[in-house]
Amino acid sequence: MSEIVVSESELQAYVDGRLSAARNIEVAQYLLQHDADAQRVTAYRRQNELLQAAYDPVLTQPVPAALQPGKPRRMPLQRYAIAAALMAVSGFAGWQLHAYVAAERAQSVYLVRVAAVAHALYSPEVRHPVEVGADQEEHLVRWLSKRLGTSLKIPHLVPQGYSLVGGRLLPGERGPGAQFMYQDMKGQRLTLYVRVSKEAGGQTAFRFAQENGVGVFYWLDGQIGYALSGESNRAELLRVADAVYRQLNP
Amino acid sequence: MNRPASEVFAAHATQYIPRLRRYARALTGDASAADDLVQDTLERALVKHSLWREGTDLRAWLFTVMHNVFVNQIRSAAASRTVPMDDAIADLPHPQTTDRLEIRDLDTALQALPDEQRTVLLLVGLEQMTYDEAARVLEVPIGTVMSRLSRGRERLRRLMQGMPEAASLKVVK
Repeated sequence: MSEIVVSESELQAYVDGRLSAARNIEVAQYLLQHDADAQRVTAYRRQNELLQAAYDPVLTQPVPAALQPGKPRRMPLQRYAIAAALMAVSGFAGWQLHAYVAAERAQSVYLVRVAAVAHALYSPEVRHPVEVGADQEEHLVRWLSKRLGTSLKIPHLVPQGYSLVGGRLLPGERGPGAQFMYQDMKGQRLTLYVRVSKEAGGQTAFRFAQENGVGVFYWLDGQIGYALSGESNRAELLRVADAVYRQLNP
Repeated sequence: MNRPASEVFAAHATQYIPRLRRYARALTGDASAADDLVQDTLERALVKHSLWREGTDLRAWLFTVMHNVFVNQIRSAAASRTVPMDDAIADLPHPQTTDRLEIRDLDTALQALPDEQRTVLLLVGLEQMTYDEAARVLEVPIGTVMSRLSRGRERLRRLMQGMPEAASLKVVK
């Protein structure tokens, strides 16, 4: 058996889980025979864990008001966005911003509920997670666009680590909705729920809600409501929600 | 309805405030210094928002802005921040795990690292950027990221284990 040669950079990449699967195995074999390097790898992995343990709690602390970017006299939407972030981090659900926000609330509450329920129902499904698979993406878009009465776009989340599984049409007491499902390499699933409302809607920044253990980032864009649901942590959901938003609003 | 560019930008940027705060807290070792850094970063970012192109990675862009603000602050205020250890730890929210002592050691040892090593270590280990993303944020070649990462991790390990610092470390291949 030939000696495996591992560079320092590869050891670092091994620590961070950034090697290919094949190379990962080779480095693991190498480490079995090289104690000093194995100890370093263990210590470095522990560093990563400790960094998360030490500083991740900052993510869920309320953001101080002083951190509002820009000047308060302008940009109401910006303040909404900040309020949304504050709500997201503090979990303060009963926040009401202005009278007209209250009108949006009914829509939002409904959106979150149907999205979370649909997520909980279909994301664990092994054999039939979707009605139409990603291999028929064009058909899926045409079909759901027709049924929802608006031209839908399916975001691609491969750069974020999620591939499209497919989608389905869902009934709802306030009209149909479309659910697109994505999953990552580990099989962790996210769903994007889209519905068209009959009421005129405003535009909102991202908001976060939690329903029965399912985290939901949602936003309204005119009459279309979007909700991204998943069991992943909030930061991860937000990262993907941001990518979805950007693709839908190029 | 089109939103003005600055509003779109602010709406996007706001989502990253918690992450900027987390990184700044680890970088500066002090909660109020961290929030000052975040505030300066957001102000700078708003002024310069026209330089950010929608559709490109805003997180990386904001971290780049923060890095530049941080570097300028170090340059202008050569005075080192010395935070009494207990105060610094007291302002960290309590983690659920029972590793408080280890976390305290980490928080202290991190501050003993050279800034350039601490920055890379945090972008990769805490913010979980790829090496390529870290290189772009710091505007250095990826090889520099790798060597700083390697040296920073080893130095941190030795600091935390009370080992003497190695006189010279392996050159990164």
